[in-house]
Amino acid sequence: MIGSDVAVMALRKSFGSFEALKGVSLEIKKGEFFSLLGPSGCGKTTLLRSIAGFEEPDSGTVSIDGRDVSGLPPDKRRCNTVFQNYALFPHLTVFENVAFSLRLRHVPNRVVKDMVRQHLALVQLEGQAEKKPSQLSGGQKQRVAIARALINEPSVLLLDEPLSALDAKLRQHMLLELDAIHDKVGITFIYVTHDQAEALSVSDRIAVMEAGQVLQVGTPQDIYENPKSDFVARFIGDTNLFEGRVASKNGQITSVEGRDFGSLLVEANGEAPLGATVKVAVRPEKIRIGRERPEGAGPEINILRGIVEEPIYSGFQTKYIVRTKEGASITVFRQHPQWSEGDPDIRWKDEVYLSWSARDAVVVENAVFSEQHSAESAAASAAGKA
Amino acid sequence: MRQRNYGPLYAAPQTAWLLLFFAAPLSIIVAYSFMQKDLYGGAKAVFSLEAYKSLANPAILKVAFRTLWVSLAATAVTLLLALPCGYSIARSRNQPMRLFLIIVPFWTNFLVRCYAWISILGNEGFLNDFLRWIGLTKEPVQFLYNQWAVILVLVYMYLPYAILPLFSTIDKFDFTLLEAARDLGASKFRAIKLVLMPNIRSGIITAVLFTFIPIFGAYAVPLLVGGKDSYMLGNIIADQVTKTKNWPLAASISVTVTLITAIAAMVYLASEKRAEAAAEKEAASIDNSENAGGSL
Repeated sequence: MIGSDVAVMALRKSFGSFEALKGVSLEIKKGEFFSLLGPSGCGKTTLLRSIAGFEEPDSGTVSIDGRDVSGLPPDKRRCNTVFQNYALFPHLTVFENVAFSLRLRHVPNRVVKDMVRQHLALVQLEGQAEKKPSQLSGGQKQRVAIARALINEPSVLLLDEPLSALDAKLRQHMLLELDAIHDKVGITFIYVTHDQAEALSVSDRIAVMEAGQVLQVGTPQDIYENPKSDFVARFIGDTNLFEGRVASKNGQITSVEGRDFGSLLVEANGEAPLGATVKVAVRPEKIRIGRERPEGAGPEINILRGIVEEPIYSGFQTKYIVRTKEGASITVFRQHPQWSEGDPDIRWKDEVYLSWSARDAVVVENAVFSEQHSAESAAASAAGKA
Repeated sequence: MRQRNYGPLYAAPQTAWLLLFFAAPLSIIVAYSFMQKDLYGGAKAVFSLEAYKSLANPAILKVAFRTLWVSLAATAVTLLLALPCGYSIARSRNQPMRLFLIIVPFWTNFLVRCYAWISILGNEGFLNDFLRWIGLTKEPVQFLYNQWAVILVLVYMYLPYAILPLFSTIDKFDFTLLEAARDLGASKFRAIKLVLMPNIRSGIITAVLFTFIPIFGAYAVPLLVGGKDSYMLGNIIADQVTKTKNWPLAASISVTVTLITAIAAMVYLASEKRAEAAAEKEAASIDNSENAGGSL
């Protein structure tokens, strides 16, 4: 691997009274495609800018390959950035934009020509070298920005919402291309985005951030299937959250009771002691919907009855919002593998049965956004590393 | 009914104004410059190139070169001070307040501000008092009545005219470009030189013209704070009108000064137009590349 690993330890940064980072610790492995995912204002861009060297953290350290780079200016770090608005130099041609860092190092002209050609080919921009940035489309500008950052042969590439200015189709396309470039160059990518679909589809691992804290770090599957907190469950994909009291435990199968849904089964370990108030998250696509009561349901299957309040057809699937007689509103996705004359067979105001396995439900914590909590978690992760 | 075009009618008042107070006096001066000097001042209505020939007088040439040197020096110093100032205002969170402070001196009359400098730099002035008080000097230092005083006061007078256009171009500059340059390995200084400066070129040109042109025709400042070694073309013109009474010569110097500054302005306009045309060409070709982008 030619990439570097990046470690961030107990990083804090305030802008006036606003705390952008409240003691963030992360370890990013060599060659990883690592995403920082969170809503706007969660601190992900500040974290990226601290790694790049544009922001001086109030406390904490950033190290690349085990070397503390906290005090170093951006031009002394082995990482390069792809900016959100591309930040191409408007007075230079595409060629000179890409060649910028080579010119700074006084690389001989012949070598510059070769390297620029090579990197323009990498981002499929051959033949555009003599254009000015203002003559390029959004997608092309993005490619120039990537080529310009990669030509410096960084060991870490930092991408700050690089696709947010592109339209949806082009974004999909560029995302796959980014993934391909990552495979080709093999360096570490740190990718900031607020788009969970982007993060899920290309990342090796994701850190979900909110309010200046990292809430959960894991593979896309981890984050999606086993969200640790209600915030993560809600932010990544759609989810149904049920809040109730742990009424009984039978091995791992735990029964949770609540006023607006009755009783639910969920597979849980120590995180749900008897009598505690917990939240249970169930993904809408894990729930089966039908007009008949499911037959031969095992003991760990939840079955609820309700009325379809709103069927929302969206081509590849229909989203149903079902109200139980106790009052809970549950979202269900149902795919359409086949489509027949009688469809949709479930309509508005129909009475339906919803069923899902206790294994497909998870107990989540309330995300706590407090100073105390973040300090503890930073200390805990620091202790874990020691 | 067809809307009648009243455009020329609306423009009539200012056309009349400009004809009366700009075109007419200028024509009179041009006409005077081609006349003969009258015995007791004024001009005789006889065609003559005498006035232009006497421009080659070494005394006048000397003043002309001095004027050029003082103007260039004052413009250079003004620019060097205005750049960081415009930069810091553009980067400031309190732009309106700082711009206001730049404009405040305009509320005081030009001459009053000149006299303010005399009371600071004079032999009994504030600066000399201060130097004596801290014991650095015993005798008053002669700050006034030399070229340096002229340059200093000219810089002070025209600094706002340079700061404002520089501020407005720097304000429009995208500062992530500097971060990008730093990110790609440029030091702070090189990022400014390679990325900021080329992108605020038009502001620099405007600032240079806004200071160079009025300074080239300066009259009051060299008269009030300058000495014999700091006479400028403006002062010679005044002398020819009021003392020597050689109106054709005064007129020919005026015409020359006007021509030099007008040519400078035209060079500027031409370069602006070129830049504009280039921008338009670029804008036109974006449409094409956006279409091509559809096949990505």
